[in-house]
Amino acid sequence: MTDGVIPFWVDLLGSLLLISGSLLTLIGSLGLLRLPNLFARMHGITLGNTLGLGCVLLTSILIASIHAERFVFQEVLITLFMISTSPVTTILLMRSGIYRRRMDADRKTAGHQDSSNPG
Amino acid sequence: MKRWPSLTLFTVILFALWLLLNDSLAPGQLLLGLMLTVAITASTAAIRPLRAHPHHLLTALGLFFVVLIDIIRSNIAVAGIILGPAKRRFNSAFMKIPLDLRDPYGLAALACIITATPGTVWAGLSPDGGTLTIHVLDLQDEEAWVRIIKQRYERRLMEIFE
Amino acid sequence: MNGMLPWAISFALIAVTLAMIFTAIRLLRGPAAEDRVLALDTLYVNSMIMMLTLGIQFGSRFYFDIALLIALFGFVGSAAMAKFLLRGEVIEP
Repeated sequence: MTDGVIPFWVDLLGSLLLISGSLLTLIGSLGLLRLPNLFARMHGITLGNTLGLGCVLLTSILIASIHAERFVFQEVLITLFMISTSPVTTILLMRSGIYRRRMDADRKTAGHQDSSNPG
Repeated sequence: MKRWPSLTLFTVILFALWLLLNDSLAPGQLLLGLMLTVAITASTAAIRPLRAHPHHLLTALGLFFVVLIDIIRSNIAVAGIILGPAKRRFNSAFMKIPLDLRDPYGLAALACIITATPGTVWAGLSPDGGTLTIHVLDLQDEEAWVRIIKQRYERRLMEIFE
Repeated sequence: MNGMLPWAISFALIAVTLAMIFTAIRLLRGPAAEDRVLALDTLYVNSMIMMLTLGIQFGSRFYFDIALLIALFGFVGSAAMAKFLLRGEVIEP
């Protein structure tokens, strides 16, 4: 932190956003451990990808703007980039998951422990 | 000349991104950005064979806020499911939705919206484009999901792109 | 140093570290290759959030550039791995 004194509302809002963002990320990653199969786990990571990252980016915009005493919104770039790319990765993984489950079912091998049935 | 509007929108967005990346409005950056964006637009026109024709930009703004609210709401819902009892965590399943949207850009936007909303993931489109498969984390009422997708997203996307 | 922002930053750093530990456990345990790619994808998003939090703490703009680069390379990496799992090759002729 630099030594500049920040107003109370920025302090409060920034802290709230930062805490909720990191908590959402934590819950999303916890979902990777707690959810039963690959397809369900995919929903967990979306938490950190969307609102978790969004809250932290908002805090970053807020604090940087206060420190620089002008509106800094370069973080919008990361938001735009994540909006357009994270669904691509998720859909590709979803399709490869379905494809490989189907191949395994065709080969009648019982190699995987996951009990989900591809649609 | 009918294709011109979509081309300029793309150029303007690229130009804005360049200025944002450099975080400056210096004349040199303006000139360099202008040259780069025009060159990129001209050279990539051949690999973007289909042109989007978005209209009703006000509807697009409305859709943005609808999606934002849905993302916030379903974030909380999915967090509750992950932290909640084991019964609800084993409720995920695939389901099918009949689709009327045909525009490829509209479908791409729908894929992004469905996947970016926690709780639903796009899982595939039938070859004729009429049936969409999605995977839902907490599937209890199929009709409710069909209603949400068709009325909240698909109707607005058809207004924008078709 | 005033107010509760330093506390919030410490909390966020601890939470994201825990999240990265959970992700690493899933990365090591598997069971399928898709689970590992999914965990790696989450790991880069988490590290990006950590970089942004550090940027808030130290008030430096360099962390933003690091986060942007992590986003770029992370997407290319996980998309290539997912594509490989789907088709057996990354760039098709």
